[in-house]
Amino acid sequence: MTMATVSRRSFLIGSASAIGGLSLGFHLPFAGAAAAREAAEVNAWVVVHPDDKVVIRIARSEMGQGTLTGLAQLVAEELECDWSKVTTEYPTPGQNLARDRVWGNFSTGGSRGIRESQVYVRQGGATAREMLITAAAAQWKVPASECFAANSVITHRPTNRKVTFGQVATAAASVTPPKEVKLKDPKDWKIVGKPLLRLDTADKLTGKQIYGVDLKLPGMLNATVRACPYFGGKLKSFDADAVSKMPGVRKVMQIDDRTVAIVADTWWQAKTAMDALPIVWDEGPHKSLSSQSIAEMLKEGLEAKEAFVQSKVGDAPGALAKAKKVISAVYAFPYQNHATLEPMNATARYTPQKCEVWVPTQNGEASLAAAAEASGLPVQQCEVYKLHLGGGFGRRGMQDYVTQAVLIAKQMPGTPIKMIWTREEDMLQGRYHPTTQCKLTGALDDDGNLIALHMRISGQSILAAVRPEGMQGGKDPVVFQGLNLSGEEGHLGYTIPNLLIDHAMRNPPIPPGFWRGVNLNQNALYMECFMDELAHAAGVDPLEFRRRLMKNHPKHLAVLETVAKGIGWETPAPEGVHRGLAQIMGFGSYVAAAAEVSVNNGQLKIHRIVAATDSGYVVNPAQVERQVEGSFVYGLSAALYGECTVQGGRMVEDNFHTYQVLRMAEMPAVDTHVVPSGGFWGGVGEPTIAVAAPAVLNALFAATGKRIRTLPLKNHSLV
Amino acid sequence: MARLTINGTVHEIDVDPNTPLLWVLREQVGLTGTKFGCGLAQCGACTVHIDGNPVRSCVLPVSAVTAEQKITTIEGLSKDGSHPLQQAWLKLDVPQCGYCQSGMIMAAAGLLQKNPKPTDADIDAEITNICRCGTYNRVREAIKLAAAGLPAKQST
Repeated sequence: MTMATVSRRSFLIGSASAIGGLSLGFHLPFAGAAAAREAAEVNAWVVVHPDDKVVIRIARSEMGQGTLTGLAQLVAEELECDWSKVTTEYPTPGQNLARDRVWGNFSTGGSRGIRESQVYVRQGGATAREMLITAAAAQWKVPASECFAANSVITHRPTNRKVTFGQVATAAASVTPPKEVKLKDPKDWKIVGKPLLRLDTADKLTGKQIYGVDLKLPGMLNATVRACPYFGGKLKSFDADAVSKMPGVRKVMQIDDRTVAIVADTWWQAKTAMDALPIVWDEGPHKSLSSQSIAEMLKEGLEAKEAFVQSKVGDAPGALAKAKKVISAVYAFPYQNHATLEPMNATARYTPQKCEVWVPTQNGEASLAAAAEASGLPVQQCEVYKLHLGGGFGRRGMQDYVTQAVLIAKQMPGTPIKMIWTREEDMLQGRYHPTTQCKLTGALDDDGNLIALHMRISGQSILAAVRPEGMQGGKDPVVFQGLNLSGEEGHLGYTIPNLLIDHAMRNPPIPPGFWRGVNLNQNALYMECFMDELAHAAGVDPLEFRRRLMKNHPKHLAVLETVAKGIGWETPAPEGVHRGLAQIMGFGSYVAAAAEVSVNNGQLKIHRIVAATDSGYVVNPAQVERQVEGSFVYGLSAALYGECTVQGGRMVEDNFHTYQVLRMAEMPAVDTHVVPSGGFWGGVGEPTIAVAAPAVLNALFAATGKRIRTLPLKNHSLV
Repeated sequence: MARLTINGTVHEIDVDPNTPLLWVLREQVGLTGTKFGCGLAQCGACTVHIDGNPVRSCVLPVSAVTAEQKITTIEGLSKDGSHPLQQAWLKLDVPQCGYCQSGMIMAAAGLLQKNPKPTDADIDAEITNICRCGTYNRVREAIKLAAAGLPAKQST
């Protein structure tokens, strides 16, 4: 099979004409679209050009996490190609559908990009290699077994004849793929496991990288939307006549029962008209909802009789009732917004025959489904072109903004329309990290050992709102990330003879979403800060207290020991500096952090973080380090500042002046230990976020004697 | 009608004088390297130079800029990505999603212009741009690398 491949550069990046060409080119299926001499699709994953340039197809979305480079490394390793000649491109969701999902799942979240697809992308590379070797052997009329591939060159071992991938790619494309391929032993990896530079850096330094907001199409108009800011509320009325004569305005339209859109020549004109548009909202049934009323609702759940039980060992309530020394504490975690720096946006063009969407999305296939549903066209008549994401963090796995863009385009058939949200829209129409509270009750024996623990979580389920098919008899299993007795999405690193972890589901009418780290964030905060409380109550060093409970959990313990050693736990801290520890397991990986902080005149300074990640195998340690380091910015932003406050049935914080995030001056040094123990594939984009807050809060307690149990820290005085 | 000197070229632009410079650059001039992040001068993604000084263009009405003032955007920082900061950024593989990086680089270029050897405290005070991916430590290292004018250790 041969095809025209457009390089990723001209595919995703570049001028309006290149992108216009792309949209035209991709009306066609891959196959048969160009002369064979131009490039050959050896298989779905690998396209080879005559000049030996290798294009590796990437199904998952790049949003800064480095998956584009990591997945390319996995294919290239098995392909035995010259890494310096590798480029990448995204196949479209429509092509995936048309080709029986040959590229598998496009969804990019849950730190699954690499761990979920590593087997089949490596097989893709290995299969292409075998096809290339077979083609070369056929040309030489020798057995394929006498040939080998290395660095994009195939060699016939007995005669030392050589041919490059580019010279046999066209022939290889028609070779029958082998039914089975053997993957390399990790000890033989040459490209995987190496700290290679990213493939997508250069254009980000010159302004050339095209993000969703930057797209230009011929004849394109621009739009912005305003949806009812009241949760459960609706659009009552708006006075289109008041703004329809404003400069550039083309159309003022209602697109659903809660949203008005304005289309104009430029986005600034659309936004200016939106600011001037008189709108009356129906505030709906929740206008008295507030953070306080939600907190009351959750507080009731802490003591409720009914709860979904997940982790149960022995008889925790019985042991607690009999225990002599019982410690109890209540923690709380507020709503958070993803606040990707690129606001939500999508561009759509609708005709009665075709609906096309250009969008930075974490899930191209979900975007395609949203386009089909919103347009009312069969999915085969829809297509989605993925653009680079200016941050995702889970928000761009939701498709509300895709639906909006299509609904707008549908009212102006034939015209491509780019819709961009304001930051305010982004803050008020979030899919928020849910709020929970947690009551922990622990019992210590006379020797200071933890003999019983009841952890009651009360609060919101994400699955109940966004993926009810994932519920188990009413229970949301994802609520217990990091707290399960087994399983790769997070099992507890402590052996506690009497243990009960349960969840009283309380779902306020606020739309929740997956937010980088998801439920591991608050679960680690609750468990690890309370472990610190128990250790202090027992009069035992917090590291030693944990060690006693971790004998059966060597991988959890190993990362904890790594950070303890890295921070110098056994040696005194510099004067005025105090330390804290935390560990957890989630998204398939074992992680820990140690923090050094000081507090002067009530001001917290985080000096240093030592972090460790055991993800089993590591594809690119440099990118893992970046994910870990960056995760502390995300986790500490939440710990220090992150809070979406509900008041009068809507969110209060509407931009970065009220929703502060960590900046350069507050950024601690991060010393990352990537410690893969082999034998499993864990995720790295998320897990270390969860240990950021507890490590810092435990250090803060050491510094001040104050136990902060409710985030964010900005609401507490440290004086 | 606005008359602007952008990256060395004079542009005559028919635009409402209240339009922020950011949107004139992005929509009328077609220079999309300068990003929209907040519209409140909070995040710095829209940072460009006016006569060498970094400004947040999302809150600056185009009417406040004269034709004599030299506007420089990320596209005009160098012809070919050869500015020492761009080279340092490349060497240290600084960006993650990259969305904030145009603004980061322009803020850093403004800093180095008036303070060629900034201390950590200078960097803390001047580089207040938001990066949600968390590239701050590599941004700091790259600024120092560019300031030193010397090759640093290859990124690992």
